[in-house]
Amino acid sequence: MTAEVGARAPLLSVRDLTKHFPITGGVMRRVVGAVRAVDGISFDVAPGETLGLVGESGCGKTTAGRAILRLIEPTAGEIFFDGADVRALDREPLRKLRRRMQIVFQDPFSSLDPRMTVGASVREGLTIHKLAEGRAADARVKQLLEEVGLRPEQATRYPHEFSGGQRQRVGIARALAVEPKFIVCDEPVSALDVSVQAQVINLLQDLQRAHGLAYLFIAHDLSVVEHIADRVAVMYLGRIVELASADDLYALPLMPYTQALLSAIPVPDPEAKRERIVLSGDVPSPANPPSGCPFHPRCQHPQRDAACAAIVPPLELKEPNHWAACIKQLPTRITWAEQQAVGATKVAERIVPVRSS
Amino acid sequence: MTEPLLSVRDLRTYFRTSAGVARAVDGVSFDIAANESVGVVGESGCGKSVTSLSLLRLIQRPGTIEPGSHIEFEGIDLLALDDESMRKIRGNRIAMIFQEPMTALNPVFTVGAQLAEVPRVHSDIGRRDAWARAVEMLGVVGIPDPAERAKSYPHQLSGGMRQRVMIGMALMLSPALLIADEPTTALDVTIQAQILELLAELRAKTAMSVLLITHDLGVVAESTSRVIVMYAGEIVEQAGVRELFAAPHHPYTEGLMAAMPRAGEKRERLTVIPGTVPSPYDWPAGCRFHERCPYAWERCESEHPPLYQIGAGHVSRCHLAVEPERRATPHEPRAARAGVTA
Repeated sequence: MTAEVGARAPLLSVRDLTKHFPITGGVMRRVVGAVRAVDGISFDVAPGETLGLVGESGCGKTTAGRAILRLIEPTAGEIFFDGADVRALDREPLRKLRRRMQIVFQDPFSSLDPRMTVGASVREGLTIHKLAEGRAADARVKQLLEEVGLRPEQATRYPHEFSGGQRQRVGIARALAVEPKFIVCDEPVSALDVSVQAQVINLLQDLQRAHGLAYLFIAHDLSVVEHIADRVAVMYLGRIVELASADDLYALPLMPYTQALLSAIPVPDPEAKRERIVLSGDVPSPANPPSGCPFHPRCQHPQRDAACAAIVPPLELKEPNHWAACIKQLPTRITWAEQQAVGATKVAERIVPVRSS
Repeated sequence: MTEPLLSVRDLRTYFRTSAGVARAVDGVSFDIAANESVGVVGESGCGKSVTSLSLLRLIQRPGTIEPGSHIEFEGIDLLALDDESMRKIRGNRIAMIFQEPMTALNPVFTVGAQLAEVPRVHSDIGRRDAWARAVEMLGVVGIPDPAERAKSYPHQLSGGMRQRVMIGMALMLSPALLIADEPTTALDVTIQAQILELLAELRAKTAMSVLLITHDLGVVAESTSRVIVMYAGEIVEQAGVRELFAAPHHPYTEGLMAAMPRAGEKRERLTVIPGTVPSPYDWPAGCRFHERCPYAWERCESEHPPLYQIGAGHVSRCHLAVEPERRATPHEPRAARAGVTA
């Protein structure tokens, strides 16, 4: 899935990114296992594009976002940003590169230093990257605050004097200060009320247009992602299990997990009638993922059989620009003979849920 | 209409602090019938959680339920009860589940022991029988292998399982009313679907009423029959769930619905409610929503609107009820002109 991004060269290319956290045990603190938080994911982000990364708690989406910025060191895989091999960079060039890659965190209450004025927080990046100093820096801070919908005179205030939405705006101004091309937005609106959430989403979209920003938008709220993302990647137990344009993914989810996830969104319309797929059980532990397809113990696909527990499904092209990992959703390159060899009893057949409105 | 199970009249819960008086709940009245599922929606600080805690008299100093407030449940005046009688109602007749089950469960006891304790406190049931009831209840709330799971500690269970345990604990004494305060907010969407389905099943089986407090309009639409919308310590709209979603009357309700991104609907920009929620220490004069309202006119700045009757079982705290032609001429709300952001 390399060349399909289109004519534009990708801004960010991630290949087989892996992050395993060791589990130690015993008096010798020997490594006895690993939490496979991110288990070989690949995707591209084009300049100015928003890629949504969705999944439930523990699926590895936050770890993936941080590993890309090397806020957590990846275990394996490649990250190319704007031509640079991010994993090969030493401290100093990495610090310089971070000017182009920023992050906005979920919790606007803990991501700002409570003892710094918000002006000083926003200014920090300008100083570190030597972008402005003195009066020029003051002017730039004020301009940034205005751009995110705050008043310039609020620069002298402390974080506790702001509401949650306003703190998130400060976090965005901080990221924006160093003129990035790419921002990892890690659940940026999850902690906010509905009306405030809408304001912040609109702000992110306005800034994207004004500055040509690319976003990796990590969220568990599928409605928010559908609204903001151009393409969406769905993660389950450390792997990407489906990747498509937002329109295609929501109209025609192909991986059974995505189908269940979408059907579980509560619809704010009491007249709506639709088939809900209620999954049984919980997400398994990433320290001990199921064999074969990580989703097979909870899967509702009628053709699920022994092959699903044996074969790790490749993320493969099912429709134009639409990848999914399921050996029972046609087409698949895992042949019937290969499936039978590991005990398959049911032939692959495409099942698509009816989405009523 | 038959006697409601719960009748709340003019509930006021104030917090007297050094900063002044926070009027968190400021004159709230509603009823809940037997086996009814009622939703309360609103954003942080609207008073929905304080309302639910007030029903159980779980308000702690400096908070007080003000004189003149009235809560009647199964014909009993709850605010007149002594502490011992109130304790018997709590858990026994009215139970409550919270957003974060981890903080509501005791980490040093097994979940079986915590469930078994409930009937032992409220009746003279033996230890062995209480344990059997606990295991049975874990089965009822859909925990696989309940006899084994009863021996687990809370941290050994997932978030969804813990919420099932909480619901099981709440149901141990077959309460007539279950208050669920954001019961699925901390859960993933597939687990949320499981819990909401469980609540609906249990209500169908037991004739229990549910008061569901949430910020999520989707959850309300799917699991309640009547909805109360709260803003700034007051009820601003109340209607049957279909009526409310088909024809919201109050501009705040309308704004909340428009601000939500919805699955299957593409919009360039989300509609926002400009400005920010006012402070409970100093609610705005007139209509508490007027600065953020696209229809507000002079009357809204000075005259606090009553709950107008809009239709059968539908009330709205908005002067548009008597001057409906104003809806035809929306304008930029004052909060937007002032550049106030939340």
